[in-house]
Amino acid sequence: MNTMTLKLRRWMGFLGAHAILVLAMIVALFPIVLVLMNSFKARKAIFRAPMLPPLPDTFSLDGYATVLQRSNFQLYFVNSLVVTLGSMALILLLGAMAAYALSEYEFRGNAVLGIYLAIGIMIPIRLGTVSILRIMVAMKLVNTLTALILVYIAMGLPLTIFILAEFMRQVPRELKEAARIDGASEYRIFWLILPLVRPAIATVAVFTMIPVWNDLWFPLILAPGEKTKTVTLGAQQFLGQFVSDWNAVLSSLSLAMVPILIIYIIFSRQLIRGLTAGAVK
Amino acid sequence: MQQTYSRRSRRKKFPTHIIVFLAPATIIYTLFMIYPLFDSMRLSFFSADSQGQEFFVGLQNYITLFTDELWQPRLWGAFKHNVIFFIIHMIVQNSIGLLLAALLTMRITRGAGFFRTIFFLPTMLSVVIVGFIWELILSPLWGVAETIMGWFGLADLYQPWLGLEGPALIALSFISVWQFIGIPMMLFYAALIGIPEELIEAATVDGASAWKTFWKIKFPLILPTVGIVAVLTYVGNFNAFDLIYTTQGALAGPNFSTDIMGTFFYRTFFGQQLQLGNPTMGATVATVMFMIILVGVLAYLFLWQRRIQNYEL
Repeated sequence: MNTMTLKLRRWMGFLGAHAILVLAMIVALFPIVLVLMNSFKARKAIFRAPMLPPLPDTFSLDGYATVLQRSNFQLYFVNSLVVTLGSMALILLLGAMAAYALSEYEFRGNAVLGIYLAIGIMIPIRLGTVSILRIMVAMKLVNTLTALILVYIAMGLPLTIFILAEFMRQVPRELKEAARIDGASEYRIFWLILPLVRPAIATVAVFTMIPVWNDLWFPLILAPGEKTKTVTLGAQQFLGQFVSDWNAVLSSLSLAMVPILIIYIIFSRQLIRGLTAGAVK
Repeated sequence: MQQTYSRRSRRKKFPTHIIVFLAPATIIYTLFMIYPLFDSMRLSFFSADSQGQEFFVGLQNYITLFTDELWQPRLWGAFKHNVIFFIIHMIVQNSIGLLLAALLTMRITRGAGFFRTIFFLPTMLSVVIVGFIWELILSPLWGVAETIMGWFGLADLYQPWLGLEGPALIALSFISVWQFIGIPMMLFYAALIGIPEELIEAATVDGASAWKTFWKIKFPLILPTVGIVAVLTYVGNFNAFDLIYTTQGALAGPNFSTDIMGTFFYRTFFGQQLQLGNPTMGATVATVMFMIILVGVLAYLFLWQRRIQNYEL
């Protein structure tokens, strides 16, 4: 009797927990699936049966055709790619260099510099926008992708340096000393250490890339010109103009989402491992 | 002689490599992050005449912002809405995030990795995309929200929330909660799996229920994470902009009812249909936002963290 009720309670707990998780999963996925699904449907079907997947008689690519004809989506994609990959590469390189120096060398002001570089983790860079715009005007960089890349480097560095320095401290000292005795230069040792913190670099890469790709604020303020629009800004403005063309709206939303979804699916395990590793350590 | 000389010179050699490693990052960071922050503060003490010539005005911008009958209601409105936005996140987002993390770390749970990946997915999407998706779902034209509520017999309760003065802000807060729930979930998850197995085992042997184990043992141990989640939510919320701008426009309608500090800052700096942009007033609003965020961060660092340390001792 007692074991029966215990078993029953455990079974109920199992069911209850999984019911909540499945419900949360539906809530998280439904809006995304709804938009992707309806973007492949004809206008009538979008309104008549929004909950149904595209069927042979309701399938349509009209929306995608409109988006590709009426907007410069291809150009926006290239811009976003240049900005995202450019700033990511530089954040990683400059961030790793600074993190290496902070974790490896004892010099006066090391701790102060570490704190100085960490301020940006908590204080949003947006608050300096008025002045950033002035600098960009003075440097004649308004409406260039360079302006965006420079700002995103400044935005991404603090967290990158903080995390990478943490990981580089764990690299065994003997390794570096052995290299030094062999006469390797400090720069060479840096390149030797870099592959050892590869998992941390991968995590930081995804972390710095996503906010850059998704950012609306700085493209809107520093590079709103047609030639330098990013996908996020382009989608925002295109969607504002074509509110009544539901096929086009749903297709452009899907187009803007897909790259992130793909990257997330590829890197999710690495990303989540990186997220959770910090605490376990 | 030669030997000692070269050894000494090597020891005392100027550490160029340290500078080479640190200079690029420090220069870019200083130029585009730290300098603009302080320069914005400086600009908040200036005003411009019609020729664009700037002159020092002391605290005049702040006096205008806090007392002028055109500025003051907007500032307080934005601040108040931002506080509501934050409170909804703290209560709804962070407690559901904690619940999901707790469920995922239970021993009986299957497929935790899969669920975790799904729950974090909306966080990766652009706020612009998320805003538009929900605008479509809540639109009376499409009727998706109404249909779904109809399944539960609640169709009569449906209203075009985003267009109504009272509910719009709450609806937007929930959209934002939907998107960012992955962050507290992940942080709590990481903290919970970090708890040593022996502690939980001891409690289970003593016959404590899962509920009791959670609140008596696990929750006190993850208190540092509760603080991190709170301060991240605070900074993120008082810096939010994209969602309101995307769904309601720069005027944060209807009738400014969804205006938060971010949209107020943008309008002040860049202007809108009837009002010209004002960089120095924009810098003033930015400085006020900086102070609000600073208060939260310092409260976390000096009040919360210190108390936690005492607790652990």
